[in-house]
Amino acid sequence: MLTKRIIACLDVRSGRVVKGVQFVDLVDAGDPAELARRHAAAGADEIVLLDITATHEGRGTLLDTVRRTAKELFIPFTVGGGIRSADEAAAVFDAGADKVSVNSAAIADPQLIDAIGRSFGAQAVIVAIDARRAKESADPVGEAEVFVSGGRTRTGRQVIEWAREAEARGAGEILLTSMDADGTRAGFDCELTARVSEAVEIPVIASGGAGTAEHFAQVFRAGKAHAALAASIFHFGIADVRALKQELALQGVPVRLPC
Amino acid sequence: MIPVTVIDYKAGNLTSVVKALRYLDAEVTVTDRAEDVRAASRVILPGVGHFAATRRLDETGITPALRETIGRGVPFLGICVGMQWLLTGSREAPDQPGLGYFEGWCERFPEGSEKVPHVGWDHILTRTSSPTRLFAGVEQNEFVYYTHSYFVPTTISRNGQAETENPVAAGTDYIKMFAAAVEHENVMGVQFHPEKSSAAGLRILKNFLEFRC
Repeated sequence: MLTKRIIACLDVRSGRVVKGVQFVDLVDAGDPAELARRHAAAGADEIVLLDITATHEGRGTLLDTVRRTAKELFIPFTVGGGIRSADEAAAVFDAGADKVSVNSAAIADPQLIDAIGRSFGAQAVIVAIDARRAKESADPVGEAEVFVSGGRTRTGRQVIEWAREAEARGAGEILLTSMDADGTRAGFDCELTARVSEAVEIPVIASGGAGTAEHFAQVFRAGKAHAALAASIFHFGIADVRALKQELALQGVPVRLPC
Repeated sequence: MIPVTVIDYKAGNLTSVVKALRYLDAEVTVTDRAEDVRAASRVILPGVGHFAATRRLDETGITPALRETIGRGVPFLGICVGMQWLLTGSREAPDQPGLGYFEGWCERFPEGSEKVPHVGWDHILTRTSSPTRLFAGVEQNEFVYYTHSYFVPTTISRNGQAETENPVAAGTDYIKMFAAAVEHENVMGVQFHPEKSSAAGLRILKNFLEFRC
């Protein structure tokens, strides 16, 4: 049986892992290569490294960090942040990434999804969507809006419609971050995740809000997510991946339990 | 160090495969030239993406070179599309022939009940009717990492010889049981990505590197 994936996310700024609450108030959480190895050893199914300030400050992805992190990592490794062209994606793949995640640049030029997919395969392209519920709307979830540039800029585009376009253009997966939930540790936005998961055929990775094992179980069931991503709960020892997966297994969620 | 030749036919990224092989102390040569394939003592054909990309193997003369090399008994491992290419062909690109080492066609998962592509960690069941060298030391129900929409059916055969051993070395059940791996004499293939499948994947690659005919 296909298992639900637990993805450890490393938000990186200037080569260091950081974590903030709702995209601000960043604090240092360690060395990306070391943290990636530690998460993999504890049973993380994938590692995602996001250069969170790349778009904002206009600098490229930290290829050296990617190379160093990929070196002894034998599970899928995704890199995102500041990837604006198929050439930049190629450099990231060359440094050892298996997938790239595109966000702001794909909104600005959706053909970027097609271009990376053509060269490296659909499985190598994750479209990351930073979403905020449309609080004024009668359907705040259905009309949730896409934000870019690390959550700083609103696009006026609706999340579900953009997810469908990304899929049509050849994205392999959707990484959906609820900005309302991110960093709160109060649980994923299951309703939003379920709506997106139902709207597309490709897998949806839920992100934002992880605090307890119960939150993961909820997003896999009610949220219909195929994978879930978390950063802060692992870094500060609230839970490691092994403990989280054991708890999920006890709750009947199919997970990979390495020995 | 064990020499191994990795074929580059511009189908996706080779970095991870090469990295894993080097980690296992293999001496890796990456090539897109038929003469290197003819001279190889061990060959890996990786590949992610579309089956049509294998057309390049025909255009560069690698297809006949591989046929010869495999015929000499050189160990061969196809990964993902590289395994699918061992068949007659794939419904993904019906006009592009495969090597035809195994008879059968790659099919697409039906949509509806589960997500397609099949992405993530899934169980493998290994063959028990005859030993597989590729999976020596790998536990039943071990997890491996997949990302694919097309699969090799479990009904494939080798030269229509029904009496030969089952070429399917391992299977995974997703929507239906499909071939996770094939192994017949010196020819092997895996649908999953051993280079991304943690310790079990490294063990499988190591088994291939140490394979002797």
